[in-house]
Amino acid sequence: MSKDKALLADIEDAIANCMKCGNCMEVCPIYKELQNETAVARGKLALIEAVLQGRSDISAGFDKRMAMCVSCKACTAKCPCGVKADELILRGRQAAVKARGLHPVKKYVFKLLANRTLFDLALRMAGLFGPLQMKKLPGNLAVVARFPMPGLDRRRVLAPFAATPLRSRYPETITVARPKMKVAFFTGCTINYVYTDIGQAVIDVLKANDIEITLPPLQHCCGTPVHMSGDADLARLFAKHNIETFERAGADYIVAACGSCAEAFKLEYPELFRDDPVMHARAEKLAAKTFEISEFLVDVVKFRRDNLGEVPSTVTMHDPCHMARGIKVTGQPREILKAIPGVKLVEMKQPDRCCGAGGSFSLANYELSRKINDRKIADIAATDADTVATSCGSCRMHIIDGLVQNKQDRRCLHTVQLLAQAYAAGKG
Amino acid sequence: MQSQLIDAFKKIVGPDHVLTSKEELLCYSYDATPGFANLPDLVVAPANTQEVSRVMTLANSEGIPVYPRGSGTNLSGGTVPMKGGIVLLMTRLGSIVNIDAANLVATAEPGVIVADLNKAVEEYGLIYPPDPGTVATATLGGTVSENAGGLRGLKYGVSKHYVMGLEVVLADGTILNTGGKNVKDVAGYDLTKLFTGSEGTLGVITKIIVKLVPAPEARKAMMAVFSDLDNAGRAIAAIIANKIIPATLEILDNATIRTVEEYAKVGLPTAAEAVLLIEVDGIPEVVEKEAGKVFEVLNANGADEIRLAKDAAERDKIWAARRAALPALAKLRPTTFVEDATVPRSEVPAMIRAVNEAAAKYNVTIGTFGHAGDGNLHPTIVCDLRDAEEMERVYKAMDEIFATAIKLGGTLSGEHGIGIGKLKYMEDQFGAAGMQAMRAIKKALDPKCILNPGKLVGEC
Repeated sequence: MSKDKALLADIEDAIANCMKCGNCMEVCPIYKELQNETAVARGKLALIEAVLQGRSDISAGFDKRMAMCVSCKACTAKCPCGVKADELILRGRQAAVKARGLHPVKKYVFKLLANRTLFDLALRMAGLFGPLQMKKLPGNLAVVARFPMPGLDRRRVLAPFAATPLRSRYPETITVARPKMKVAFFTGCTINYVYTDIGQAVIDVLKANDIEITLPPLQHCCGTPVHMSGDADLARLFAKHNIETFERAGADYIVAACGSCAEAFKLEYPELFRDDPVMHARAEKLAAKTFEISEFLVDVVKFRRDNLGEVPSTVTMHDPCHMARGIKVTGQPREILKAIPGVKLVEMKQPDRCCGAGGSFSLANYELSRKINDRKIADIAATDADTVATSCGSCRMHIIDGLVQNKQDRRCLHTVQLLAQAYAAGKG
Repeated sequence: MQSQLIDAFKKIVGPDHVLTSKEELLCYSYDATPGFANLPDLVVAPANTQEVSRVMTLANSEGIPVYPRGSGTNLSGGTVPMKGGIVLLMTRLGSIVNIDAANLVATAEPGVIVADLNKAVEEYGLIYPPDPGTVATATLGGTVSENAGGLRGLKYGVSKHYVMGLEVVLADGTILNTGGKNVKDVAGYDLTKLFTGSEGTLGVITKIIVKLVPAPEARKAMMAVFSDLDNAGRAIAAIIANKIIPATLEILDNATIRTVEEYAKVGLPTAAEAVLLIEVDGIPEVVEKEAGKVFEVLNANGADEIRLAKDAAERDKIWAARRAALPALAKLRPTTFVEDATVPRSEVPAMIRAVNEAAAKYNVTIGTFGHAGDGNLHPTIVCDLRDAEEMERVYKAMDEIFATAIKLGGTLSGEHGIGIGKLKYMEDQFGAAGMQAMRAIKKALDPKCILNPGKLVGEC
């Protein structure tokens, strides 16, 4: 067996299950833009099949095609044969990393990311010195680059790095008068270093529900960006570190305010350790007590509704891919919105269609992710909502970029921020 | 292919629209038909009729095979580039040219997705009835070329009943117009019908004028369970004999019922020999009356149980069983062949029995479901293409199924086309004279045999 073939041998049966009906073409956001068969799951799985049949190898072209996926899982949800195409494409990436190595830029970034202390320092520095290179835009938490930077489209609107990260603003444990439970908050990088306003809202809302919060200081990136790039070995290091850190935290529950971060704890960690029974059991144990914030507030806490003040706004909801098709949480954020006095929820067309961000996908493929996002912005505009609510920092950033690029005066917030506003209004 | 030639094609359609990388060629080497794949030399994606014409002129003068392709969802191997050459990707010709509500026609380019056409005409209260299972992905050009049908075939027919006119580029690049918007048009040979369903072997369709019909105001669905297959057969015949043409009259055989129930738990009785799913549509008063009559007929013909959908939710539940048929069967094994052998509707029970006998004789798994009302069945064979011994049995079972269909006065294909998958049975249905006539047409329009060569009529 050739070396390339051997790297994919264990998914041969799974690949054979694709009957090539092409139903994935209907829902793939990338295929919709590119209209090229290599962009859609059927094509990517055919490329893996070709390697398995010895008709092709893990070439640079193979690597490139596997990377051309936002991992939105729409194909998997659509597949009549139950083929988990998103996972198989990820396996294709893992094989490409093993056969060809990681892209040099990613290698460099992941090396930094793997070193928690250095990574923390770098992003703090970015917060302090960011204004030198990024120009603030009025209104939204938004900046654009002052001068060209490698790997960044200059038109792109990003969010500024926070001058002080979230976890540095709070003590390790945030107490309340009569705690009914203790929650460990997994902030994730975006909330800790960029969208601290979301983190603050999570803390305020938990406090309003008499929940003690701990912010384990040693917590680190969930590893999803590394995992999605196909570096499973490195992803396992992140997973192990976080599992150990949160076991030590000794909380009743673990809460994250991002679909992808929650998915890492709930689904990816156990999967990463499927061949290691001890770690797998530890991962499963944590997974069982991990919740995305809206899921937690609705299903576990039954959040307080008697002291909610009015938040007058028309809101439309964007479901992040990893919320809708990853951890399958779409009802709970809506229940929160509907509970807030003054909020009028207007659904957009296809609320769970990918916004085009796809984590680092949008960095490498800005033009394409802009096109996907423009469709989302058009759907948002059609509702005429003043506020877009979502549950993912990466989606929020990309939607804010899209709103600015399309000259739309609307704000984009995390659902929990609206709830925090309602509690604040209720106090007044 | 020589690089000069590739450059010449790039000059016609633009360099971005000629695909030559190994990965891209691999991705255009197949369609939705199991067992057929071959690498093209290049993929060319023209943007308009003129570009198609220039591509054809060059390909014809060089004798390069050309395989027109839409979304590649066909089930007959119709778009697989068996001899290499060019895959002519038509998806860039993707606009709806106009919707003429006064004349109830729409003009569209071949790359338009069928469901998108239906969405566009919906606001005029109209529908384009052909609705194959792939409406959300298949192109109009592809469905017209394959003469696709769908669930509503019994009342509404297949693609050829809706195509009124075409713009076609012939093998040598000549641009030809056929038909038009006239409801009555008997002038000359019916070239529109000739190109419709010609599977890309006679010309490349670049524009399509289709007939639209008013959307039905009301629908009523019901489900009937039969412990005896013959009673189901008699019920099908009796419904039609009572002069009711349901929009949809579907059957699931026992193997399909069991598989669907296991997979989707929609409450089907697993011991039943057949389940009929029926929908009548039209003007509300007529629908009510017809639904009542169908109910009586089912009762009179030994239905063990009849469920009538009282609202949209119940209607959805009934159709969920039908929608689950293919996915449920497909999940059983890696490879899925969906065949479309069709017989006169009175022969449906005999056909289902013959399929079951073939399945038992060759020890292969076949579930049969399909459009009982028009006799168009889908014996669905699930297997594993990687198992040569099993495949030998599968192909033998297929031979027997198609032989039976022809023997019962049926046809090889109700709606999927011939392509390459069913080519070997063509002479059994048409005889030497029929094949010769078809090959003569092929040679007259495509003397060098460059258009989808080797398909439908075979080598010429």
